Amino acid sequence: MSTATLAVTRTRIQRSPEHTAAIYWKEAKYEFLKNLRLRMYTASVLSFPIMFYVLFGLVLNSKEAIAGTPVPTYLIATYGTFGVMGASLFGTAAGLASDRGLGWLQVKRASPMPPFAYFAAKVVVSMTFSAVIVLALFALGIGFGHVQITNAHQLAKAVQLLGILVAGSLPFSAMGLAVGYFTGPNSAPATINLIYLPMSFCSGLWVPFMFLPKVVRHIALALPPYHLSQLALGVVGAGTHESNAAHWEVLLAFTMICLGIARIGFQRDQEKMYG
Amino acid sequence: MALVPHPPIRDDAITGREASSLPPIDPMTSEGRMSIAPIAAATEQFRLTPGSRADLVVASLEGVNKNYGEVRALHGVNFGVRAGEVVALLGPNGAGKTTAVKLLLGLMPPNAGRVRVFGGDPVNPENRLRTGAMLQVGRVPETLRVREHIDLFSTYYQRHMPATEVMAAAGLEKLSDRKFGDLSGGQKQRVLFALAICGDPDLLFLDEPTVGLDVEARRLLWEEIRRMVQRGKTVLLTTHYLQEADALADRIAVINKGEIIAVGTPAEIKAKTSGKRIRCITRLGLAELREIPGVSAAKQDREAVEIHAPEAEPVLRELLARDLSLSGLEVTSAGLEEAFLALTQDNSGNARQLN
Repeated sequence: MSTATLAVTRTRIQRSPEHTAAIYWKEAKYEFLKNLRLRMYTASVLSFPIMFYVLFGLVLNSKEAIAGTPVPTYLIATYGTFGVMGASLFGTAAGLASDRGLGWLQVKRASPMPPFAYFAAKVVVSMTFSAVIVLALFALGIGFGHVQITNAHQLAKAVQLLGILVAGSLPFSAMGLAVGYFTGPNSAPATINLIYLPMSFCSGLWVPFMFLPKVVRHIALALPPYHLSQLALGVVGAGTHESNAAHWEVLLAFTMICLGIARIGFQRDQEKMYG
Repeated sequence: MALVPHPPIRDDAITGREASSLPPIDPMTSEGRMSIAPIAAATEQFRLTPGSRADLVVASLEGVNKNYGEVRALHGVNFGVRAGEVVALLGPNGAGKTTAVKLLLGLMPPNAGRVRVFGGDPVNPENRLRTGAMLQVGRVPETLRVREHIDLFSTYYQRHMPATEVMAAAGLEKLSDRKFGDLSGGQKQRVLFALAICGDPDLLFLDEPTVGLDVEARRLLWEEIRRMVQRGKTVLLTTHYLQEADALADRIAVINKGEIIAVGTPAEIKAKTSGKRIRCITRLGLAELREIPGVSAAKQDREAVEIHAPEAEPVLRELLARDLSLSGLEVTSAGLEEAFLALTQDNSGNARQLN
């Protein structure tokens, strides 16, 4: 019995640029709405940095200064870093672990969805939530903490700070992908907390860096949140005056390592059986 | 509500005593389109079904092995689906049905053999434009609305059915704005079905589409599947519900422990046993019943006993003679369940041909 077979070469799907853009846009839009409507996500990711900032930066210490920088301004940089880290980690890792472990990612992979769109959407949404957190901190600082953004110079600094923090969402999104590929759907949130809370403390995001014990300060040099917060503090004039390039290099290297780990997880997943 | 696979409903609850309430046989389905081609040579597993284009195999597994570590999920599987037909892959849980579907969808590669979809590698992204898949999913994003899920999936395809048509085909018209997490189990399955059909694909994969649904929801989904078939789609569905395979498929491939053990039309598979099932309340014990000539099996079913026999009449004569107080007598045709048990309990374990 002969079977007529069609000669099909292995190609990318040819789509018009408009169509591809539409796919990426919708993937990101629905990922955003999905997370926004998840009370657990929105509440924890947005409220923790804001709560801490209000408590430690506005209610207490608001007239103090650290290394010459007013506390409300200083804490925008550190709690901004903390918030960006949380938003990126929870935005990517928890969703990925759940989608993988419970079969939803397979449904999407079986569809014509371009695989990259899935990851791009998660990263974009993490950056969006990061921006929201930073802007919220700005608003609170300006409204209640006497943070000044009155002239062009200060506005430029504010934009630069926002840019740095939102860009800082990328290394943590990469980390989230790496974690998400190696945790189960139920253990992902706990694993994330186990990693990022100690990391934040040791990086000087809660207790300012110069007040940390010496040992901890050494550990911090290896931690990405330390480097991001130093870049942010540099903008407000409170950094430790190390070169910015060094910080960016560490963050870049960290991002590459995490993406490498994520890629290993991605390929390992091709073989695994899902429940 | 999570869509975890539900333990199979006991088949005697459906095929046994409710046989009389089954829907009438639709001439468009298996019974009406019984294969009349002669049985081919022993190694030939693909056979012609009138109404399908025999020259176009749209999906096939050729000599496929698939292992998960030490576990042999599929072994030596040869199996093909032709354009326009509905094939059911029928087997118990763990038989390898879902693995076969995942291989055909290109979600993982085989350890040996070849998988072909539309003549090419299933991983080819162009193939995915022409296929739709309904898989068993533990959790679907619950905070998105039904129309948002459908909108997103529709966008992946080059051409897709309008959202209203998709929702009508899946029976979701009134649920368009409902969040996925607020739906009932049957409604959730219909959304997954909608995602499979929204791209107007030529080839549909349905992995246990009605698992965990009540009888009514199952009937509704069957109707929706039949409507897709009437539009000319090719369908591969997997199931462990024998009645489902019988109701929907042109051909059934029975699979157990990773091997295809029989392929044929539902009528051919049912013809494996043409026995009867006798149910009654009797004071006779099981041991005594099993000794009655003509009885192939007897088991207790709560207050009654269930006796299987190739022919009912000799056994009935014995029963009625021995136990004058016998009551609650029902005699029904042995359904696909017996055929299935006979096939899967075969000790040879090799791929068997029907003859």
